[in-house]
Amino acid sequence: MRSALARRVAFFVGLAALLVIVTYQVDAFTNYNIAGIAIFATAAAGLTVLTGINGQLSLGHGALMAVGAYTTSLLLKQRPDLPLILTLVTAIVTTGAAGAVVGAAAARLRGPYLAGATLALAVAVPQIPIHFANIFGGNQGLSVPPPIPPKALGSNFPNERWLAWIALAAALLTLFLLANLVRSSTGRKLRAVYDNEVAAQLAGMDVARTQVLAFVISAACAGLAGALFAYWVGITAPTGFTLALSLQLLSAIVIGGLGSLFGAVLGAYVVVYIPVFTSTVATNLNLSTDIANNLPLAIYGVVLIVAMLAFPSGIQGGLATAGRWSLQRFPVLRFARQRLTGPESITHATK
Amino acid sequence: MSSRLTRSKPWAVAAVGVTAAITVAACGGGGGGGSSSNTASAPGITATTVSIGSTQPLTGPAAPGYSEIAPASNAYFQYVNAHGGVFGRQIKYTYLDDGYNPTNTASQTRKLVLQDNVYAVFSALGTPTHLGVVDYLNSQNVPDLLVSSGCNCWNNVAQHPYTFGYQPAYTIEGKLLGRYVSQAYPGMKVAYFAQGPGDEFGDDGIAGLNDELASSNVTVVNPPQYYAPTAAGAMGVKAEMATLQGEGVQVVICFSIPAFTATALASAASINYHPVFVVSNVGSDPPTLTGILTGGSLGVALPAALIGGMVSDAYLPLVSDSSNPWITLFKSIKNQYASSLPWDGNVLYGFAQAYTFVQALHAAGQNPSRLDIVHALENSHFTDGPGLTPFGYSSSSHLGYTGVEIVKTGADGTETAIGPLSTTDNSATGTINAYSGAPATPPSNGIPSD
Amino acid sequence: MRTFLILTVSGITNGFVYAIVALALVMIWRATRVINYAQGAMGMFTTYIALYVISHGFTYWLAFVIALGSGLVLGAVVERVLVRPVEARPPLNVVILSLGLLILLEALAPMLFGGQIRSFPAPLSRVDLKVGSTQLYISPFDIFTVGAVLAVMALLVVFFQRTDIGLRMRAAAFNPEVARLLGIRVGRMLTLGWGLAALLGALAGLLISPAIFLYPTNMDEVLVFGFTGAILGGLESPAGAVVGALVIGLVLSYVGGYLGSELETMGGFLILIAVLMVRPQGLFAFGSRRQA
Repeated sequence: MRSALARRVAFFVGLAALLVIVTYQVDAFTNYNIAGIAIFATAAAGLTVLTGINGQLSLGHGALMAVGAYTTSLLLKQRPDLPLILTLVTAIVTTGAAGAVVGAAAARLRGPYLAGATLALAVAVPQIPIHFANIFGGNQGLSVPPPIPPKALGSNFPNERWLAWIALAAALLTLFLLANLVRSSTGRKLRAVYDNEVAAQLAGMDVARTQVLAFVISAACAGLAGALFAYWVGITAPTGFTLALSLQLLSAIVIGGLGSLFGAVLGAYVVVYIPVFTSTVATNLNLSTDIANNLPLAIYGVVLIVAMLAFPSGIQGGLATAGRWSLQRFPVLRFARQRLTGPESITHATK
Repeated sequence: MSSRLTRSKPWAVAAVGVTAAITVAACGGGGGGGSSSNTASAPGITATTVSIGSTQPLTGPAAPGYSEIAPASNAYFQYVNAHGGVFGRQIKYTYLDDGYNPTNTASQTRKLVLQDNVYAVFSALGTPTHLGVVDYLNSQNVPDLLVSSGCNCWNNVAQHPYTFGYQPAYTIEGKLLGRYVSQAYPGMKVAYFAQGPGDEFGDDGIAGLNDELASSNVTVVNPPQYYAPTAAGAMGVKAEMATLQGEGVQVVICFSIPAFTATALASAASINYHPVFVVSNVGSDPPTLTGILTGGSLGVALPAALIGGMVSDAYLPLVSDSSNPWITLFKSIKNQYASSLPWDGNVLYGFAQAYTFVQALHAAGQNPSRLDIVHALENSHFTDGPGLTPFGYSSSSHLGYTGVEIVKTGADGTETAIGPLSTTDNSATGTINAYSGAPATPPSNGIPSD
Repeated sequence: MRTFLILTVSGITNGFVYAIVALALVMIWRATRVINYAQGAMGMFTTYIALYVISHGFTYWLAFVIALGSGLVLGAVVERVLVRPVEARPPLNVVILSLGLLILLEALAPMLFGGQIRSFPAPLSRVDLKVGSTQLYISPFDIFTVGAVLAVMALLVVFFQRTDIGLRMRAAAFNPEVARLLGIRVGRMLTLGWGLAALLGALAGLLISPAIFLYPTNMDEVLVFGFTGAILGGLESPAGAVVGALVIGLVLSYVGGYLGSELETMGGFLILIAVLMVRPQGLFAFGSRRQA
């Protein structure tokens, strides 16, 4: 096991170095989008553990992101010079606690009942800042100043690159921790309860506590993502946390590949980049106003539908199938894989 | 009473002249190349083009109505381009959809600044959405001109020196509507119907109203009736109207968007409640309201009668005033360059805003920097534009239009001026002054010049 | 007192509209074990079709029939073309598919019919009735709404309990394998089920649009409230769905009227979670049947 952990650390460190180099090569707008993808990936990773591995369908993770975002924004409103790391940690703790409450209330709910409860949560939470407008800023929301790069990086260090670094660090750390968790005994417990709840109970597992734990973990990820989201958008307002955000997260993990952390990253990329791509397409065609305005959304809807028809196991599933096919066709690849990953690597089965 | 009450012949003559001029110009007009002494004097400006950008709710719940504004502005820019542009530069207007979601506004704004490299942001629409990017734009020294919102927050010269408002602040509207109500309906019971709670449109409007009405001769019934701009909110409006009816309220002042003005009018009628409705300009455009209400939402034949008697305010020429030369000018440009658009208050807004921008661009000089257009706005009140009152721009104020006139809508949907044209500021103590400046006529070719 | 009356009337009439949506969701759930998140959007789309018919000079009732018919067709086509291929797959795939359909319909409607907000006519007056000089807070259209929903529910009961095809549909939903062995075309029954559900959604759109106007996203909240009502009542029980939806309608109305419209959804959520914590499968859940 130690060598698997060491390999994982090496992988993440290498990935981090590669990404740092990338952020120096691309322009500011791309760095901004990279930050966005990293933020979504952080939330999606937590959600894929909850929904893909533990089997609890949540349509309300946008509301949990809102908890993280508002925690950060409120802290900054009181103490604008609070260090970034402190706001992030507080957001993680607060949202984790909220996740515990939601998880406990929903511990006995399954399937569509859980979906319905989390959906009701997702539409209810954004109304709280409107009712308590004095504290939460009402419809106008709370402004969030962008994180300033430390002086050590030089005075010309672009804000977008610093934002990308923070978001990437958060995402990589989250993915690393979750990758370890998923392969640990806790991960097996999460999966066992989903596979066969009765058997898990007979084996002595506390099902309710496992369900709550899964919620807490995914909520912590959502809280971190929400806090970063506040910095990324620059304002925390109710209109930024509609039901559509929760559904976007869900789409990301399903399109990417349910239960797979790599799939969560892929899905985050797709979900962030499709609107950017489709709006460019729409502007380049010269269409009437009504058609031009709505074409990007129509394309997005079609993409979701086609993705489900063509890639039932998500992109990651499609890649895995392609990978298996090429392993069969090209035995040399099989040999290479064995050398690289070692005999006890676990092929992560997707549900 | 102001002399603006009657529409006299000179308007008609000017209107005919302008139409003739445009027809002639349209027949002969062609694009112009850049002037030989144009330079790329700022980001977004080349020798031959000026790029500007905007974020607008083109889709989503806020889109109906507001999605017309940007195409209308674009139609005016195309007209200007077809007649040589500004100093020979073509105006390239890129407006991106943000669906009224600040997340999208943030990334679309960065796209405009970082990728499309716009010279300025123009007409960004939406208060919570724009609040998210105003710090960013100012930190990047990008002019943020003529924001499409009446929030007081755009007037913050110290922190946001590049940001300028456009329409009268909601507080200004509130004060002027309040002054009119206290004079026209003395001794009556008045209540507010506003977007909110916690929404600056409703809050700022009510603040202005209370400045004038709190200690006047009308009785203000509290608390205000708030609505949330959602379908669920629409379902609750009837109960709110019934509450006001039960309290004997005779004048209902609405700071509501058109869909909710329509809901209020229809709900009140459905319980046989007929107060005087005084509605902010934001939600009172008669063609928009008629369009929403047509179709018999009350079950049988309906609508125009519902909006008859509605009192409102205007800061631009009246949409239905076909003898006004500005209306004639903009309508004919619309028919030529954007014939699929209807003719209503949103389209007029888009045209007028674009006209003001071209005025500013011209005043900024032949090879302007970004600061030049900021100073151009601060140094002029642009009284020779379509607005009924001057802008409040100066080096210490970035408030937009400073006043309105009071208008009433007839059952046929036409508006007529019934009240004073006054200006004020958005402070609680600022005085209200009558404005008697003569309205300007548009230049013969419809394009501002020196 | 008058506030209470108005809130009660609107709570019940809106509750009945949520009830149709809830019924549609329950019907699809029982047949195919999926939640169709596009149910509301489909109802919005068919209402746009109705408005198109009306604006070309035809009567409301013709448009009414056409809307219901289009709903039937739309639901059947969606099931056959989109849902059938992914039925065997993990249930979340159908969720995402229905979300994609929701987004697509909300984009197609303005592309085809224009994006401006439009009012939608009611066949009967929406001016409240007066008895003598007393103002009642219910209008002919309110009575029509409640009546239409009750009539549809009665028709559904007759259909499912008394007709042959209804029996076949119930069999196909209850145990598809055995039903197939008995010669029932299960696939056809599923298609019919989705078609009927969409017909119900179309009716919901027609009944709610006069009050909230017609625009591409107008049914989003109706879907959420209908879904909440169905969950509250229990997805296995059509009667439960109706009761749940009425409860939600009343709760939303009272909370909105007395506390403020921004607290409505929180009120709905609290009621839902309170019930679910005690009865995790809804008010009318029978037994502890494990959900698929």
